[in-house]
Amino acid sequence: MNPNDMSADDVGANDMSADEPPLLSARGLTKYYGARAGCLDVDLDVYPGEVLAIVGESGSGKSTLLALLATELAPSAGTVGYRMAGDALTDLATLPEADRRRLLRTEWGFVRQNAEQGLRMAVSAGGNVGERLMAIGWRNYGAIRAEAGDWLGRVEIADDRIDDDPRGFSGGMRQRLQIARNLVTRPRLVFMDEPTGGLDVSVQARLLDLIRSLVADLGAAVIIVTHDLAVARLLSHRIMVMRHGRVIETGLTDQVLDDPREPYTQLLVASVLAA
Amino acid sequence: MYVAVKGGETAIRNAHALLAEARRGDPAVPEIGIDQIREQLALAVDRVMAEGSLFDRDLAALALKQARGDTIEAIFLLRALRTTLPRFGAALPVDTATMTLRRRISATFKDLPGGQLLGPTFDYTHRLLDPALATQTPAAPAPAAKATPKVSAKAASKAAGKAAPKPPMGETSTPAAPVPRVTDLLGDEKLIEPAPADTGAEPPDLTRTPLAFPADRATRLQNLARGDEGFLLALGYSTQRGYARTHPFVGEIRIGEVEVELFVEELGFAVPLGAVSVTECQMVNQFHGTAEAPPQFTRGYGLVFGQSERKAMSMALVDRAMRWEELGETLSAPAQDAEFVLSHSDNVQSTGFVEHLKLPHYVDFQAELGLVRLMRGAHAAASDALQDGDPE
Amino acid sequence: MSAMPTITYNFGYLDEQTKRMIRRAILKAIAIPGYQVPFASREMPMPYGWGTGGVQVTAAILGPDDILKVIDQGSDDTTNAVAIRSFFAATAGVRTTTRTKEATIIQTRHRVPETKLGPEQILVYQVPIPEPLRFLEPRETETRTLHALADYGLMHVKLYEDIARHGHIATTYAYPVMVAGRYVTDPSPIPKFDNPKLDDCPALQLFGAGREQRIYAIPPHTRVVSLDFEDHPFRVQRFDRPCALCGAEDVYLDEVILDDRGGRMFVCSDTDHCDQRRAAGHAGTMAPQGAPKGTSKP
Repeated sequence: MNPNDMSADDVGANDMSADEPPLLSARGLTKYYGARAGCLDVDLDVYPGEVLAIVGESGSGKSTLLALLATELAPSAGTVGYRMAGDALTDLATLPEADRRRLLRTEWGFVRQNAEQGLRMAVSAGGNVGERLMAIGWRNYGAIRAEAGDWLGRVEIADDRIDDDPRGFSGGMRQRLQIARNLVTRPRLVFMDEPTGGLDVSVQARLLDLIRSLVADLGAAVIIVTHDLAVARLLSHRIMVMRHGRVIETGLTDQVLDDPREPYTQLLVASVLAA
Repeated sequence: MYVAVKGGETAIRNAHALLAEARRGDPAVPEIGIDQIREQLALAVDRVMAEGSLFDRDLAALALKQARGDTIEAIFLLRALRTTLPRFGAALPVDTATMTLRRRISATFKDLPGGQLLGPTFDYTHRLLDPALATQTPAAPAPAAKATPKVSAKAASKAAGKAAPKPPMGETSTPAAPVPRVTDLLGDEKLIEPAPADTGAEPPDLTRTPLAFPADRATRLQNLARGDEGFLLALGYSTQRGYARTHPFVGEIRIGEVEVELFVEELGFAVPLGAVSVTECQMVNQFHGTAEAPPQFTRGYGLVFGQSERKAMSMALVDRAMRWEELGETLSAPAQDAEFVLSHSDNVQSTGFVEHLKLPHYVDFQAELGLVRLMRGAHAAASDALQDGDPE
Repeated sequence: MSAMPTITYNFGYLDEQTKRMIRRAILKAIAIPGYQVPFASREMPMPYGWGTGGVQVTAAILGPDDILKVIDQGSDDTTNAVAIRSFFAATAGVRTTTRTKEATIIQTRHRVPETKLGPEQILVYQVPIPEPLRFLEPRETETRTLHALADYGLMHVKLYEDIARHGHIATTYAYPVMVAGRYVTDPSPIPKFDNPKLDDCPALQLFGAGREQRIYAIPPHTRVVSLDFEDHPFRVQRFDRPCALCGAEDVYLDEVILDDRGGRMFVCSDTDHCDQRRAAGHAGTMAPQGAPKGTSKP
């Protein structure tokens, strides 16, 4: 299948996405590291409220692609466009730094595999969640604390941990705190990089449930990078399979996983089933 | 009855009088002369000139005397004078290929054009205290005094007067022609990256332009040249111990006198201003190449006033480490972190700020004292309340 | 022995080119209130951290007709204040004073005088760390970006953490302020008690950080707001007793230990203010008889 040939039929586990324009749109996205290509000629659209999984083995280019989409890396070629609330598609490369940072702390979220990179480890849980609120101008301590407490509750962190810093938290708690910190401003688009990586299986399952329900409640679009097809099946509406920096197959998650067309995808699916 | 403490002025006056007395030491011992310091503590004088960024042996010796031998204090004195001196312009780049050599060694080639010239060095001496030096004796004649090397005929004749080159100590080569630099020899075969081209642009002047980041290499080198020898030594050492290893080889160290010239607009040509003593270290570092660049050695560079191999070598190591970004390496160690290194290399800045902790801070301390009392009060009240509510 | 070169110094030590460079930085600082202007700080004959920034600013603005006052910890008689005052007396030959009202330029470390300043006066602060975000983010490249984008969430996180841990904002000096609604600025390590004096001050306030190579300014009558939360508003320290010498209330007090049996007294940190009040007949509980030494009744 030609990855450029993405029709509206491929999209739309959610009814809303079919008639709405895409929220994020990438064309020809390419990144070279010296002579080696990290990511080659990727086209991609993400619609409001849609969960898109990018899957592949390590080294397939999926994390590079995520970093390009989130403007953390500059592409060697290609563009990423984003539709601000009530606005036309903006080429993110032309966005001034101030607007880009505002975007990162308001309309976007980024949940990292390593919670230490996504949290302030020396700042209390309440401060971690409250930071985005303060950055967008909240100046009432009581209100910030109440909102942070509410979000800690949503991610199942007990009230009495609000003043503890995450150094004393378990891996699963840190990840839930990171999710609360990102979702507190009700972002329209959340990037997730292996959010359940390195966690115990039972902890993973609980976290995935939590992510699924929170994302559905907020109606946020999510781009999630994972090597774990089970995670993709549980969370995503649509899936992209990457290999050697290229997208080799894309479609509705259930279709791709139940009836993979590409031999490589078949191999991936088979190895999961075998495991 | 309390009266607020007064008398700062008298106290300072008395302290300064005591300082003058302590500086002089036992009046029965003859006072040390600037010329004695200049001639017999020459390496201390060199260090003060290097980090004071002012080439004047007499003023550096005076500073050392005034500072009671405290090197950083002497550097500080020299800097405080230097900063007031008017700038007439920037000299032309000095050409170390034509310098008059007192010492020249390479660790990369056993023999090479121009030869190895040990010169006056502590290397290979036995570090045994010499009681003979404890008594004052007439100076012994230098060995091989007849063989003053004409290392560079051109420079030697001009630098002859004040800074006459010292004879070599038991080494073989006394070449007469300009001695090519090892890096130039490697460069002819393209085995080493070319030296950065001279753009003709006026060099940056850290004493006239505030340090800004990212800093270009010229600025970094200038900062290192003024930087504290001990700080750079530790950083250079750390790269050898695996904190950003650069696989260094001493391509060449040369010590001697190099001529300084100034291009005079009105005359239309460069006029010689005199010679300065410098130590230059060209470090040759391993590099594996990238997709675009074939494998090639890279450079680390050190240049300081006077004779100080330790400083020049450390500078070259740190210079190379800080080039990680340009050479596609990863940032992993303090020596690579230009912002960290450049912000903390200056010992006049560091010593001032560390020592300012001696100044009174009682206003701020009063504020903290109040806070701690408040918090202790609140803490005590809270634990009292806890005890009261505790059912026995 | 070779002859020493003759060493001479300009009025106020610094050469005129340097003064012009510093004045340009000052003008830029005044034009962009609270913004830290990089300047090519010179080596001064006193150590970094001992007031080189303030001294350079003072040297650049000092004229022969100026009357200079120098205080450290509020006092004219602390050793560092004495040293700086005598430096300018020697290198510029200007008149010096300990009276706040008489001075045209007041260089200070760690205090703002209690006496209200007027439009004809300039207050020059010595600043050790000009960057209010420094201890939250050590990198200059990053803090400059944060200032450029007015991205100050991090600063409020710090204040939030204080309240969460201590019940109140636990910063007692160098308490950050917002200048003219744009730049978060370090007021230098003055006690937060002095912060309100910065707001709408008729005098020009200049801040010099020598080692860090920064000058910034608060022009006369500029809005200066101490950062806080709506429900945890900024408050200054209060002392529960007046000055033991002059009886002044609402001033900042130094605690003086009288003996090793717990004896304490609290006296004005601003010695000139205290002297003037005592000269005017005010007396505290431990005031000596008669007028203080060196001060005549008006």
